[in-house]
Amino acid sequence: MQAAAIASHRFGYSETRLSALQSDPRAWVLEQFRQPVAMDTKGLMDSASALQLTREVLKAALAPKPSDMVEPPKDDLGPMTPSRVTLRQTNMKALQRRWQHAIETPTPVAERWVNFWANHFCVASTKGAMIALVWPHEYEAIRPHAMGSFKDLLRAAIVHPAMLIYLDNAQSIGPQSRAGLLRGKGLNENLARELLELHTLGVNSGYTQQDVTQTAQLLTGWTVNAQTGGKAAFVPALHQPGPKTILGRHYAEGPQALDALLDDLSQHPACANFLATKLVRHFVSDDPPVDLVEWVAGRFRDSRGDLTTVATALFGHDLAWSAANRSKLKRPEELVLSAHRMLNIPVTSIERTVVELKSMGQAIGQAPSPQGWPDRAEDWLSPDALKKRVQWADRFGELNRHAADARALARRAWGEDLSESSRTQIDNADSSAQALALALASPEFQRR
Amino acid sequence: MQTQLARRAAMRLLGTLGAAGAAAAAGTFAPYRMVLAAPASNDEPIGPRLVVVMLRGALDGLAAVPALGDPAWAALRSDQDAKAQTQAQAQAQAQARALDSTFSMHPALSTLHQWYTQKELLVVHATASPYRERSHFDAQQLLESGGERPFVQSTGWLGRALQATNKRAIAITAAMPLALRGAEGASTWTPDRRRPVDQDLMTRVAQMYRGDAQLAAAFGEAAVQNDMAMGAKGSAGLAKLAKQAGTFLADPKGPRVAWLEAGGWDTHANQHARLGRLLLGLDESLAALREGLAAQWANTTVLVMTEFGRSARFNGSGGTDHGTGGVAFLAGGSVAGGRVLSDWPGLASGQLYEGRDLRPTMDLRSVIAPIVQRQFGLDPSQIQSSILPGALATRHALWRS
Repeated sequence: MQAAAIASHRFGYSETRLSALQSDPRAWVLEQFRQPVAMDTKGLMDSASALQLTREVLKAALAPKPSDMVEPPKDDLGPMTPSRVTLRQTNMKALQRRWQHAIETPTPVAERWVNFWANHFCVASTKGAMIALVWPHEYEAIRPHAMGSFKDLLRAAIVHPAMLIYLDNAQSIGPQSRAGLLRGKGLNENLARELLELHTLGVNSGYTQQDVTQTAQLLTGWTVNAQTGGKAAFVPALHQPGPKTILGRHYAEGPQALDALLDDLSQHPACANFLATKLVRHFVSDDPPVDLVEWVAGRFRDSRGDLTTVATALFGHDLAWSAANRSKLKRPEELVLSAHRMLNIPVTSIERTVVELKSMGQAIGQAPSPQGWPDRAEDWLSPDALKKRVQWADRFGELNRHAADARALARRAWGEDLSESSRTQIDNADSSAQALALALASPEFQRR
Repeated sequence: MQTQLARRAAMRLLGTLGAAGAAAAAGTFAPYRMVLAAPASNDEPIGPRLVVVMLRGALDGLAAVPALGDPAWAALRSDQDAKAQTQAQAQAQAQARALDSTFSMHPALSTLHQWYTQKELLVVHATASPYRERSHFDAQQLLESGGERPFVQSTGWLGRALQATNKRAIAITAAMPLALRGAEGASTWTPDRRRPVDQDLMTRVAQMYRGDAQLAAAFGEAAVQNDMAMGAKGSAGLAKLAKQAGTFLADPKGPRVAWLEAGGWDTHANQHARLGRLLLGLDESLAALREGLAAQWANTTVLVMTEFGRSARFNGSGGTDHGTGGVAFLAGGSVAGGRVLSDWPGLASGQLYEGRDLRPTMDLRSVIAPIVQRQFGLDPSQIQSSILPGALATRHALWRS
């Protein structure tokens, strides 16, 4: 694979033509981290308002109404109240905004970088209180910090209403705290375990159950509720008193312990290795080359987790540009967004696209676990899911047959990397719609 | 501008569907949009109807309507047929479907043959658009845009005719076909259910995945699943759409023009069995269309066309490659049928176009021009200047009255 095609398809969201970045593909990528273009978040609802709206919807769903006798609610969110309509529109608007940004941004690789971290700190609308919080988490916690220090990103991602609710810290109570003693309630270890296992160190990195329990105690008090105004806050009455010991280090009682812990976790050698492996797997190869992982991990440690330095290390290394690594398969959302970007057409029906992505195995905003969406080709390549991809390409080709001449498009978008077999099939298609479908179904477009 | 037009077209659709749309909504076919009140238009409650059926991929005209009586036929094509059936069988079938001393109908086209004997089907042979290269894209662009060269016109001939007369049309497709572009009164309709992927596309994708072991393995199983889905509702799908198109046109408040299309005609390999299935599906679909039209069949003209013909000889893999001259059909209750309209060029080597294709001797647009005139009441000079630039109408009468 030539460097321009790698920059366009492997690292970005598939450019319309390679010629724009052909002169210096590496500079095209690295420059994006010097001046990343931020997504416009004007008019998007903040998480506190979203949470308030969610409360109203859930309240209406739980309250029996006389009309229920005549017309039972369609699902567990209850009747289509004005609040529910607003909430739905809010979600659609946020989704539309981020998709539009991915399609139009002049810095698509930086956007992929943001998306990587949003998935790393996965939250999902798999429980009632989360239905409007997934996208605010991304634009309030992830986007502003994706190019800064990992510790700041980590803190913002954790101390956000979405994560505190999603991983149950909002209801974790120190057993010896004032509230714990009064109500006889206790710890919820969910966030503590995922903080160690998924966000920083990785599984089997040496922490024990004792470390998890102590971390959970340290995290008590960080919550969100009506009293905190729908914002993440430290509530002393919930906090487990006394010092905690995690991975051999001691932390004093109080809110400041969180920053101390996150600093230590960010600088733990396992953290650099865990993140570097995940980054290289996402951006370069399902089987991350060890030398590249070590290089990226080293730069992470040297810079004390400065993410722009880490990105520059990753995308500046020859191994990331290796032509041999062509194992990556686009996730369904990446696939669809790159089609829109390559053809320069907006997503006109958010609802239909959501349905199509779900059929390909990616229910947007509803990742099945806190691990987020998987990153290996085999995770996405069931016969049915692949058929759904072709089905999507078929429909996309038919709807957008006038958007471009697929023959010329394929040559512009892949240059010399367009394989003979794909070129032949695209050129010999029996219609412009079929040619576009074939271009989008081609291994060149499905992979990166 | 584009969005504006699309939006207005969508608003028009609300009326276009009429009572038939409402009926469809109540049945298995759910239109994308709800049916509201019909807007004002120039459509009279009675009057001619037009259905255009576009076969994408290039139908082999010499297979659909073989020229068995041509002295060069046996050398050109019979070898291939003989592989699939005995000479006697072939002859018996040919006789059963004979059209005249030269032509017969493909055995799968029993409805079309019946219409021919009832003088409701006109066969146009050795015809082509003005296009003489062999690219599907360019040829379809030209046939739909109605120009003399591809990509000169960016709207369609039907679209311009509809717009000039403020008439409505409906395309039974997901996206607006080029042929109908340029008209505010054109809209689209498809049933709101996922169709199985076209088998032809599946085959092409499978070929594309040969070099990628991982994709090929997963796709191999997917193709088997798709086969089963196609078996259940493959060609029946087009027939249902055709019947629905007929129902739309039969509705007094509905549109007067419908567009249908079917892909898969690019038969480069093992054409015999595949084309048989495709032609059977087409035949059944046209029968279903007539069923949907009911009494309006008497006022309807159906034009079946394709972007070009195929090579006169078989290629090395039992198929035919892109060619030039081909066949078109005109059917309907008032069509002056029972004839093969053709200035037959012959099939001897020296008579073939560039030594390989059936030579086109009739501009397909010379048949389309009178159809436009009849359907839209436009005068020939206007058709020649803005609908089908440079096209001359055939001097043959295409309708009985």
